[in-house]
This record gives sequence, structure tokens and C-alpha cells, in this order.
Amino acid sequence: MDKHLLSINDLSADEAIQILNTASELSKISDGPMKKLPTLRGRTVVNLFFEDSTRTRISFESAAKRLSADVINFSAKDSSVSKGESLKDTAQTLQAMGADAVVIRHGASGAAQRLADSGWISASVINAGDGTHEHPTQALLDAYTIRSKFPDLKSDFSGLKVAIVGDILHSRVARSNVLLLTKLGAKVTLIAPPTLIPVGVVDWNVDVSYDFDSAVKDVDVLMMLRVQSERMADSFFPSEREYSRGYGLDIARLNSLKESAIVMHPGPMNRGLEISAESADSHKSVVLAQVSNGVLIRMAVLYQLLGGAAFTGEVSA
Amino acid sequence: MATVLDAGEIGRALKRIAHEINEHNHGIENVVLLGIPTRGAFLGNRIATFLGEIAGSVPVGTLDITLHRDDLRLRPPRPLLPTNIPTSGIEGKDVVLVDDVLFSGRTIRAALDALGEIGRPRSVQLAVLVDRGHRELPIRADYVGKNIPTSASESVRVHLSEIDGEDSVEILAGA
Repeated sequence: MDKHLLSINDLSADEAIQILNTASELSKISDGPMKKLPTLRGRTVVNLFFEDSTRTRISFESAAKRLSADVINFSAKDSSVSKGESLKDTAQTLQAMGADAVVIRHGASGAAQRLADSGWISASVINAGDGTHEHPTQALLDAYTIRSKFPDLKSDFSGLKVAIVGDILHSRVARSNVLLLTKLGAKVTLIAPPTLIPVGVVDWNVDVSYDFDSAVKDVDVLMMLRVQSERMADSFFPSEREYSRGYGLDIARLNSLKESAIVMHPGPMNRGLEISAESADSHKSVVLAQVSNGVLIRMAVLYQLLGGAAFTGEVSA
Repeated sequence: MATVLDAGEIGRALKRIAHEINEHNHGIENVVLLGIPTRGAFLGNRIATFLGEIAGSVPVGTLDITLHRDDLRLRPPRPLLPTNIPTSGIEGKDVVLVDDVLFSGRTIRAALDALGEIGRPRSVQLAVLVDRGHRELPIRADYVGKNIPTSASESVRVHLSEIDGEDSVEILAGA
């Protein structure tokens, strides 16, 4: 594995499976009362969050702490960034403090790549969501959750039918999931109104459908996406009510799924918009499993990046 | 390269260790075997099979020590190996750790740490197929298949049929 985790494209299928396997070994160790492992003692992980986040930041923090790393949380709102400090100065400050890994979330696509390529820091960079680009650890935890519900899959997901529904255009979760799931051999269908399908989708190796009801009959995994109102400057659909009718997961659609099918959502959920409360709380929903698996996946990623010999990178001013 | 133990000798050594475990613990009622992957796990299973013939079945599991190693930063990240603790647990048990070669003692130190995370056994004992000397820590084995004096530059290779296709222990000359 590379020094950084910026995109699912940084991983081969084997490396991705290696992370899932590491996470499942970790899950056996952390069964019962949570133990603290000494593995990353003396390493420093910085959570550098320029965008709001609940689960991802807490998840990374708790993953790092379970491996005994020191954690520094940095959110742009209550830092000098609000006084106009640039990413470069912020990064160099973190470098001077001796960060071994920087977990970055940023509203601009490519921010993690910029930090990794800049030469400002020698730390490993982990992309925790950059704009509408990628969110690789979310895709890994989703794949892990899918595998735990369909144990036959092991290292090959072929035969698995996945539908990703909703705001594909603005979703870094969708992009990372498409890359990972197709890499592992699953068949992926994107379902959304035409306005929320990205232009480049022809190159993604997926099917596209505008009709929710006909496309979901035989899927194994239904992945609902959050409607990202904060990224929508234009009107992508006439009204929330109309969106919900066409692309929301209500109880009728939930009941039309196969018995073995599971429903996923990366959170936070807009209950009543893309998913009804009954669907979100149904026995098919694995939303909470996704959250707890997130900690295991992030422990696995931190272990893969920091658990071995230190990288010796040149740092330029 | 010299073969120091062949398949028959390995089998007899493990059977003797099984007898010694039974004798030392006055029966096997409270014994749990934990093999250290990769090869220690297979040896643990074999000793459990012998104990089954001698005294009755014992819980057997595996204990991965990777996350507790003190040399993690000297090498690239290693894959984690399986940890399977028997459902009976290790609390208050007499745990016998099983490994293939006892050398510096660092693996066993890490195993003791890993064990401490899981519970508090009544005692911890150590069974190894080969003790090659050169300890760097105050650790010794309770049950030894064979003591093999080596020089520090030599390396000891244990082959087991489960993974290597044959049973043998060899000494390879150092560079």
C-alpha cells in the first residue's frame, strides 16, 4: 500500500481485501470489553476537518485511540483558518508538531491530493472526504459491512447486485463505492433523476436507471444517498416532495426488496426525504453496523499506513 | 543445510510434550492451548490431538501477536493473522502457549502482552518445538521438543505438512 490513502484508485483489489481482512481480525480482538492495543503508541494522528462531520471524525478519533496513537483534533471553525490562514501554513504547523498522519476533510475536491503532493508535510495523508470527489474509508467500511452480511463473498464480490440511489452527482461516497465495488467484481446500478447523474458516468462501468421501482426488484444491496442540499446551488428537482415520491425509500419500496436484501445509508439521513423513518429503522437497515464497522476499517487503514517502518520523505519548504 | 528433526522425531516430540502437559498440570481439566500463528497454531492443534488420545479433549485456539510486537517499525506493515480464543475463555485457566522456535523471546513477550488484553489466566506456560538459544529477555520454555544449539548467524526452519507439505526442522548456515 502507498504512503497515502487519497482515492480507492490507490488500492488494488488485493490491497482492499487486505484492509477488510485486517478489520475482521481486529473485530475478533475487540469483541467484548474494548481493549486498547499498543500498536501505534507514540504516533500522532491529526484530524484536520474543514467541513462538519460527526461520524467520520469521531470514528477516526476512536480508531486512532484504540491503537494508542495520540490524536489532535483540528476543526477549521475554531482555528486560525477562520482568521485567514492558508492550507499551506496550517499544514506546516502540523508538520512542525510532528504529525505522523493527517486525516483531512475539505470542501474542495482534490484537497487531500494537494496536501499529499505539496511537499509541505511528511505525514501520511488520509482522505476523509474531499468535496464531491472521494471518501475512500466510507467505501471500505461499506464493502466490509456488505461482506459481513453476505459471508460467501470473501474476496470476490461477483454476482452481487448493488443499487446506489439518489444524489450521485454530489456524492463522494457514491464515487468511492462505485470504484471499489466494481473493482471487487460487483454489478452496480445507479438510480437517480437525470439531473443528479454526473456527466462522466459512461466511463464508470455501471448501469444507470431513472426508474427506482423497476430497478430494485432483484438487488442485494440498496445504498441510499443523502440529498446534499448544501452543495446544490441550482434546482436539481422541482420539490422535495416530488423527489421523495420518485426516489425516496418508503415502506412500499422496502417491502418490494428481496428478503435477504440490506439497506445502507452513509449518514446523516434526511428522514422523510430520501429514506422514510420506517425504512431507516427496519430490520433490513444496516446503518448502525456501518458506523461501528467504520471504526474497525479506520483502525485497519491506520495500521496499514503507520504500523510499519516509517516512511522517510523529503519535506520542502 | 542440515536436517535436525525428521517427521517421526517431530511427532514423538509433540507426543512427549502432550504427556508432559498432562502430567505437569495434573490432568487437562483447566488447560487451554493457544498456538501462535502461523506454525505454532498447527503445532497447538497437533498437541491437542495427542492430548485427546491421552487424556481427553482440550480447548485449543490461536493468538496473533502482530499488534504487540516491539519491532513493528523496523519492517513494512505485516498482515494480521487469526486470533481465535476458545469460547471457554482464558480467565483462571492454565494457558499453554505453543510456538515453533524459541529464539530471542520477544515473540513470547508480545504474546504475554496480547494475553493480558484478553484476560487473566491462572498460569501461562510455554511449549516450543525447538529452543535454539540466544535469549534477549528473561523467558524460558516449560516444554521443549528439542534443544538445538545454534550460532546466531544460522537460521532454523521448521516445515510442517499443513503448510509446507512435509515435516522437518533444518538449520541453514548464515550468510
